[in-house]
Amino acid sequence: MSYVLDIALTHLRSRVRQTVVGVMGVATGVGFSIMMAALMEGSQADFIRQLVDSLPHISVSDETRNPPRQPAETRYDVVQIDGLRTPVVRPGIKNPMAIMASIESWIPGAIAPSVQAKAVIRYAGRDTATSFTGLDPKREQKVSKLSTQMRQGSLDALYKATNALILGDGLAKKIGARVGNTVTIVSGAGRTLDCTIVGIAHTGVAQIDDASSYGLIKTGQILASQIGLVNELRIRVADALQARAVATRIEAETGYKSVSWQEAHEDLLSAFEVRNIIMYTVVGAILLVASFGTFNIVSTITHEKARDIAIMKSLGFRAKSVRRIFVIEAAAIGLVGALIGWALGYALTRAMGSIEIKSPFMDTSTIPVLYSPLHYALATIVALASSLFAGYFPARKAAAVEPVDIIRGAS
Amino acid sequence: MSAETRETERGERGPLIEARKATRIIAGDVPATLVADIDVSVSPGEFVAIIGPSGSGKSSLLYLLGLLDRPTSGEVFLDGAATSALDDDTRADMRLASLGFVFQFHFLLPEFSARENVMLPMRALRRLSEKAQVARADMLLEQLGLNEHAHKRPDQMSGGQRQRVAIARALANDPKVVLADEPTGNLDTHAGERVLEILRELVDTQRRAVVVVTHDLALAARADRQIRIVDGKIAI
Ligand SMILES: Nc1ncnc2c1ncn2[C@@H]1O[C@H](COP(=O)(O)OP(=O)(O)O)[C@@H](O)[C@H]1O
Ligand SMILES: [Mg+2]
Repeated sequence: MSYVLDIALTHLRSRVRQTVVGVMGVATGVGFSIMMAALMEGSQADFIRQLVDSLPHISVSDETRNPPRQPAETRYDVVQIDGLRTPVVRPGIKNPMAIMASIESWIPGAIAPSVQAKAVIRYAGRDTATSFTGLDPKREQKVSKLSTQMRQGSLDALYKATNALILGDGLAKKIGARVGNTVTIVSGAGRTLDCTIVGIAHTGVAQIDDASSYGLIKTGQILASQIGLVNELRIRVADALQARAVATRIEAETGYKSVSWQEAHEDLLSAFEVRNIIMYTVVGAILLVASFGTFNIVSTITHEKARDIAIMKSLGFRAKSVRRIFVIEAAAIGLVGALIGWALGYALTRAMGSIEIKSPFMDTSTIPVLYSPLHYALATIVALASSLFAGYFPARKAAAVEPVDIIRGAS
Repeated sequence: MSAETRETERGERGPLIEARKATRIIAGDVPATLVADIDVSVSPGEFVAIIGPSGSGKSSLLYLLGLLDRPTSGEVFLDGAATSALDDDTRADMRLASLGFVFQFHFLLPEFSARENVMLPMRALRRLSEKAQVARADMLLEQLGLNEHAHKRPDQMSGGQRQRVAIARALANDPKVVLADEPTGNLDTHAGERVLEILRELVDTQRRAVVVVTHDLALAARADRQIRIVDGKIAI
């Protein structure tokens, strides 16, 4: 072992109590940082997962991003014409089957057609708004988790009755309807349809479960009074994080507005960013405070050891070697503290992850936590860096000691 | 003639340590002159005693000769080479390899055993393998009659034993010059006598140079030469 390391560790060993206090300071900082990161990222990941699972990754709709161009605008590119009435265009995606086939040829995922319609459910004399989705049960299984989120019945049950309907469980509860009941749907297009409830779905996102109803595409087309209508293509990609890039390409190829889940929830994602900045600031502050302890210990040792430092320098130790002794002490405290902090952080995360919570927006569940080696690595790097920083200044001061100043006083 | 040969020849003929017009003034509101215009030279195989009243500047001169302090003016030569303008690291390296110090107080590292204290300069110099360092430390401790105490820490030894460990440490890297500042000051007569014998033997059998600061006249009488300092100047 190098003599410098030997001396450093001897200093720490002969000051067990101070060293333990310093190590525990760092360990607490690292432990709570890890727990906090696990909680913050856990809840974020959980929330995103719920979002991603309950909605298609990409929704291609019959809208366009800009209002349709007037013929005059196309002809003269400098003019912009306002106040004209847009010609009535038949809603829906044109040639949906051809577009689906072309997207399917390259997309890393699955695609399903759907018909969206705003409607009102009339039951027991009360009207309740619903957003109706007409879907293809076979294809839907590949683009959303709906088939796995059925509380009662199944998607395939939609084939078993004419005008079969699945309700979100919140909606069913609100109107007081059960499987087997018949409800009346009145669409925005003015069509009235008697439907049989064949299933209850539960996505876990209250906003969706309180308002959604599902049926076959054909039912949707009847409600919209338009044969062959498909006004949304729902897509699920293998890697949810690729959704934005895939959506951009689809929009470029088809001209239809194509919205990824990231774009749909841009506001949420930026709120997460703010949350992360807050988290990293707090975590950084915790670790910085922990390094004050390290500073305190190293600077106490350099004071207590002033005479030993003078001896070492008089024997011929270079200033650099003396500085290294105390930097090593700080690093050792930081390193051991970080390692104990890992255990503490893991234990705290486990404990937090086993606490049950009730939320009005989500199901009762345990607090979501995320285990990531990155959290451990980051906390360690920050703890080590701040320990080294904290140790460097007293170490530099110690190394600058002029041995004669101390030897003169002592002899 | 190569530089190396010249070094060797100079080392054999000339003085090991030499001060020329060495002056050390401490700046301040009232500048304090510790030593002034000192000319001293010490050759191999010489035992020199620096004597004088308390506060006369003996220790200050020893620090200059031992490269622990820099002269404000004048020059200190080690083995013929001027040292006052060298950087701290180079001077530290010279102390480590060529000089050995013994102070009035033993100045051992309290957490380490006698053997570990003696090994410390060897570990810093890294000239010997670890095995050879242990062997040399044990050899030095044995020469100083401490072989039974190699594993003891300083607080488990008597003052005389500690001072002998300090001498063993001073000899660890086989220095050309040993500088001692009142090495017997804290010891009883018997232990002081023992330390003195050891230093004398170094000069007689190994042709080392020894410079001892003392106000013990009996000790000074055993030296080859006495340099008397009064008020920071050499007095005749
Ligand atoms: N840092 C200092 N500032 C001012 N005066 C000092 C300082 N160090 C030592 N002195 C003075 O210098 C003189 C010489 O001191 P020193 O070399 O220790 O003498 P000695 O070893 O002969 O007793 C003394 O008078 C002492 O008080
Ligand atoms: Mg003195």
